[in-house]
Amino acid sequence: MLFPLTPLPDTPPRVVITGAGIVTALGLGWKLNAAGFRVGRRAFRPVELFDVSRQRAKIAAQVDLPKTLPPSHLSQRQLGRLDRAGKMLVLAAQEAWQQAGWEAADNLPLVLGTTAGGMTLGEAYYRQALRQPARQRQQATRAIYYQPPVQARLVFDALGFSGPITIISNACASGGNALGHAWDLIRTGQAERVVAGGYDALGEMVFSGFDSLQALSPTVCRPFDAARDGLALGEGAAVVNLETLESARRRGAEILGELIGYGTSIDGHHLTQPHPQGSTTLSVMKQACATAGVTPGEIDYLNAHGTGTALNDSSEALAISEWAGQRAATLPVSSTKASIGHLLGGAGAVEAVVCLMALREQWLPPEIEFETPDPACKFPIVHQPQDARVNVVLSNSFGFGGVNATLIFRRWA
Amino acid sequence: MSKIFVAGIGAVSPAGWNVAALRQALDKGEPLPTQPLMRPGWEKPLSARLVPNPAVRPEFLAHPRLRRASPITHYTASAALEAIASLRANPAAKNFRLGIVVCLQSGCVQYSCRFYDETLKNPATASPLVFPETVYAAPTSHVAALLENVVLAYSIVGDPSAFLQGVALGAQWLEEQRVEACLVIGAEETNWITADALHHLDRSAIIAAGAGALCLCRDEKFSTGVELSAITDAHTFSARLDRPQAAQAMRGQLGKIFPGELLCDGQGNSPRTDAAERAAWKDWTGPRLSPKRILGEGLMAAAAWQCVVACDVMAEKKFASASVSLVGSNQQAIGARFVRADFDISHLSAAVPTGNIRP
Repeated sequence: MLFPLTPLPDTPPRVVITGAGIVTALGLGWKLNAAGFRVGRRAFRPVELFDVSRQRAKIAAQVDLPKTLPPSHLSQRQLGRLDRAGKMLVLAAQEAWQQAGWEAADNLPLVLGTTAGGMTLGEAYYRQALRQPARQRQQATRAIYYQPPVQARLVFDALGFSGPITIISNACASGGNALGHAWDLIRTGQAERVVAGGYDALGEMVFSGFDSLQALSPTVCRPFDAARDGLALGEGAAVVNLETLESARRRGAEILGELIGYGTSIDGHHLTQPHPQGSTTLSVMKQACATAGVTPGEIDYLNAHGTGTALNDSSEALAISEWAGQRAATLPVSSTKASIGHLLGGAGAVEAVVCLMALREQWLPPEIEFETPDPACKFPIVHQPQDARVNVVLSNSFGFGGVNATLIFRRWA
Repeated sequence: MSKIFVAGIGAVSPAGWNVAALRQALDKGEPLPTQPLMRPGWEKPLSARLVPNPAVRPEFLAHPRLRRASPITHYTASAALEAIASLRANPAAKNFRLGIVVCLQSGCVQYSCRFYDETLKNPATASPLVFPETVYAAPTSHVAALLENVVLAYSIVGDPSAFLQGVALGAQWLEEQRVEACLVIGAEETNWITADALHHLDRSAIIAAGAGALCLCRDEKFSTGVELSAITDAHTFSARLDRPQAAQAMRGQLGKIFPGELLCDGQGNSPRTDAAERAAWKDWTGPRLSPKRILGEGLMAAAAWQCVVACDVMAEKKFASASVSLVGSNQQAIGARFVRADFDISHLSAAVPTGNIRP
């Protein structure tokens, strides 16, 4: 039963990650992505998915999807109904599932973050309804498959498990909130294992939206650079398998990292702009540290939300600088959006997997185009590939509407 | 384990801008009139049940954040303010930390269509004022800004059954003492494209818009006398559990029904869509209320109306308990039971109104 609630455990269980799957413009899977993030490779190219000739910005980090997906339990008909977002989601989920080595179950929660779900299907529906109203073909299918819960059910069908689905759509914080919510479910005793992630595909409407806001960089996305001029969009998905430490040990599973802290709140300042002083960002980072039982001094790397827009980066920089205090002077910070763009609902989950990579492989992801720090940055920006001793990392995600989410991970050694 | 109480309810529906209007329409028991909704390329309009213009412009629309907001935000805000009104009027609740969970299925379709239409015509002139209002999280954000003391906010997307997941999430936040009160709101707006899509999936259904809100709290002294008693598991549709089986599983989990209990179900006038839920409740002989038959297919808003109505009849002491049955369109089946906190059996069924409540 969802209610009455499972009694809170006396001591919340530790939550570890035993599977991770990732799809970005750097490639499909952990290896290709780790190789790319390790050197700060940039994955932007001219957008081919829709016409951008009349937009200010012309590039994005577009994923090369395989012509056929790896074998799964999905039928040909189901495969045919997957849009780009659904395909990336299934690919990431397959990788995570295989890595975790989980057995299928019928009560395994799936928590996903997305801003748009199958929006490209919605766009196709709209165009056909407008241009060929008498043509009904595929419209019913589009009306069903654009919905995020239906895409989530395809993950179930692909992997052979089932359970409650929760779709969180807190704009660009969605992926971070999805992992945080999964952490909550395990810590409060409502689940022993949870599959969680985030995903979003490039779409014409969203691209046009950010372009209309003049939020897209017409040059190069350079988060925290004094000369930054906007963000770049990307697409992708990441899925992680979370479970109690006890469950992982019982199975003898390989542990990729531990999720030790989560904070979330809402900034009511403006629909699209953060509070200039980053007050909610500050409180959410503090909240995450409190739940993790760590201080800023113990954070070895901070994966910033760092979109590359003037307003986000200055606000986040002020918040990080205040939160970190003296630690700021030596705290390595970078935004991996410099490599793969802003993945919107997928960002928080993908960046969580990047954090796991840094913890596992002991390096810091650089922003190689970074040149001059914004004056608000009291911390160093990682701008060259470097190995590092990384034990605890913090990842920020913020969204339109003001929801902020912070996750903290610890190395499993 | 804390008890969870309902501190207030709110509604915007085709019947009007408050719970009283909703109650009046349901008591009357006659389907509300429909309005024509034109769609491009068709001479014959579709039918819809739209929210009427308010008799008096709500004061909250003067808030700077709501000036350009879409109707779904107006509905969400109005339902939220009504649900939280008594709590806000209580000095003892002045410093309450508030959570909000806004549940949506279609979400901000009006501005999404408008913005995409502008994009197709010429992206260089698509409005930057409209785009931010297209995101699912926009109503949540505006309402959080309006209420000011919101510390936790989630926007949940799903089929209508997800409203009860939102209620469970609110209960969880209360149990963990992260908030002292939590608003759970289900909201939808409509336009020609949602009506068109629904027409593809269910020709008998009439699209509707609005919102419903429950304000949950831990402390009984702030309650309307209604307590959340149970929410079933989420019985997700899958290859191994089809929609009728999920509905049966939900029904089975709600278990034995109390004498005189009211069933608030999600049946409309669609034989095919209603079949799974109808079969699950075929043994039900007690009173039953089906708000969709009067109000239309309000998607997530309709799920919220079911819960609002269930709580309302108990607050009005017409029933001592009410079950809510939500058999979603493509995700899951979930049920819930609300009870009167005092559960005085002498009030049971003493005042079963006529109209839409069918014994």
